[in-house]
Amino acid sequence: MPRPNAGLLTRVAIAVAVIALLPWVVPSFLVFDLIYVASYAIAILGLIILTGMNGQISLGHGAFMALGGYVVAVLAHSAGWPYWIGVPLAAIASGVAGLLIGLVALRLAGVYLALATFSLAVATPSFLKHYKSITGGFDGMSLQPVQAPAGVPLSGQQWLYYVAWAVAGVVFLLSALLVRGQFGRALRALRDNPIAAVSFGVNPYFYKTAAFGWSAVLAGIAGGFYAIPTAYVSPDTFTSALSITLLIGAVLGGISTFWGALVGGIVVEFLPLVAQQINAAAPSVVYGVALILVMMFLPDGIVGGLLRLTYRFRRAPPQPALESSTPSAAPVTVGPQSRE
Amino acid sequence: MPALLTVRNLTIRFGGITALNDVSFDVAEGHITGLIGPNGAGKTTCFNCITRLYQPTSGEVLFKGEDLLRCVPQQIAGKRIARTFQNVALFDHMSVLENALVGYHTRFPGGLAAWGAETAATREAMDVLDRLGLAGIANRPAHGLPFGLRKNVELARALMVRPELLLLDEPAAGLSHDEVSALGDTIKRIARDFSTTVLMVEHHMALVMRISDHIVVLASGKTLADGPPDAVRANPAVIEAYLGAV
Ligand SMILES: Nc1ncnc2c1ncn2[C@@H]1O[C@H](COP(=O)(O)OP(=O)(O)OP(=O)(O)O)[C@@H](O)[C@H]1O
Ligand SMILES: [Mg+2]
Repeated sequence: MPRPNAGLLTRVAIAVAVIALLPWVVPSFLVFDLIYVASYAIAILGLIILTGMNGQISLGHGAFMALGGYVVAVLAHSAGWPYWIGVPLAAIASGVAGLLIGLVALRLAGVYLALATFSLAVATPSFLKHYKSITGGFDGMSLQPVQAPAGVPLSGQQWLYYVAWAVAGVVFLLSALLVRGQFGRALRALRDNPIAAVSFGVNPYFYKTAAFGWSAVLAGIAGGFYAIPTAYVSPDTFTSALSITLLIGAVLGGISTFWGALVGGIVVEFLPLVAQQINAAAPSVVYGVALILVMMFLPDGIVGGLLRLTYRFRRAPPQPALESSTPSAAPVTVGPQSRE
Repeated sequence: MPALLTVRNLTIRFGGITALNDVSFDVAEGHITGLIGPNGAGKTTCFNCITRLYQPTSGEVLFKGEDLLRCVPQQIAGKRIARTFQNVALFDHMSVLENALVGYHTRFPGGLAAWGAETAATREAMDVLDRLGLAGIANRPAHGLPFGLRKNVELARALMVRPELLLLDEPAAGLSHDEVSALGDTIKRIARDFSTTVLMVEHHMALVMRISDHIVVLASGKTLADGPPDAVRANPAVIEAYLGAV
């Protein structure tokens, strides 16, 4: 197995240290926001693997988050099951749904896939409202707030923060192991040139479905950690806007590296708050402007821009192959071509 | 020499066009076989049928006696058949090394053992890249490389299959005069070092005549001639349909 380089390990160590210390230095309302950052980062990581690495555009991952969130909520609310059982079950349920949707996605390319997945996101709230007996319908369901286990000197919120980020850490590590080597290369080969990939033995059905399934697992976990801190789920928790927001977060953060998920999570959580201050009437305008600016000036997202800045700072020529082995934007057509 | 590949009565139609019309030929094991013919003769279509990107209307393609037409495209590389593409088809946003490693895809052991094989695969890829003068740019992304290097990357990727049959679609196209003469030696060296049989589509007659053991001529989807280079060069039908026009 290829060894991660020293620079990467240093960056990971710094990130872990910062995440571990943050709750002790920021005001407690921010700790709450940072739990959502973990949730968004996990969901965006799924999109980076699916869209960035494999070229399948999903505008429907909010639906998988909804599934995850509701599995946790329904199990806790109706059966009294603890969250630590609910979240893994949410991951499994969402993963199975992702595999099924992934099978359908095999027949759709580019913008058609984006539209089909978006219809999933649009349908989700009405679906949740319709099946009242399970989902609580329009009113949703409230959940028990999290308490730290006895003997742990943390507030419930701090405890949840650490659990969410520990799960994020595990999920990032597992994803990194998954896409290192043959599996990740197969995903990217299918994105760059499906005909050539297939000609070298890459099974498109297996890899594209697996990418969809894994990204849905991540969205399901993210949905769980979206519902738990709020201690409440309703159809409005998971609107179609959430799905768009996730993809925007991935693009803004940088769809070519896993770091983009971290930065994307921060952006998705805090940009609306900043936008509110800039222009309370139309935060989505600020969102749009931010997106256009990043696309124009930072085609590799914020992480790509930072990398270029550090290279310039060190006066060393960038080595694109090392850090950004995926393109800034996924190619739109991934379907079979008629010739060659 | 026994035939490694047998194409028998291969026919494929696209709407009204019959791109291949009852084409038959053998590729002898260990040989370099040239597949030539005018533009639109059906050479690339023939490759696409062998590698299963196209479904022929009728006919047979036998590789070591096995009917390839029963396979799906992603099974072909596992049978140790590798190809290059007329319009160089690289994984542009992946490095040269990663492009080569995709060629190793079918040779990885299944499951978790694939991780363990990564080191050996990388070592072999670096060796192949080295042989083709690409080791120095192993970590560069494939896009943006000069055309000649891109074609070499394609060749490296195909060699990573450890092919028993290597299909080259116009390897000399777009190369400079010097590059073409080097290419002839490279192909002969590769065929020997990797002990692979080569079927090569090529318009560059000097190259084809120099390195081929055997030549198949296609014209308008039909086999026009089939024989050793000297016989093909002297064949009046070939001269009229193809060579005369060059
Ligand atoms: N997918 C396809 N759909 C329709 N027609 C096709 C397709 N592929 C090939 N053809 C047609 O089949 C014929 C043979 O094409 P092919 O590409 O095999 O020629 P070729 O011998 O490789 O020519 P060249 O030397 O120009 O590469 C042409 O008339 C071409 O238009
Ligand atoms: Mg051709």
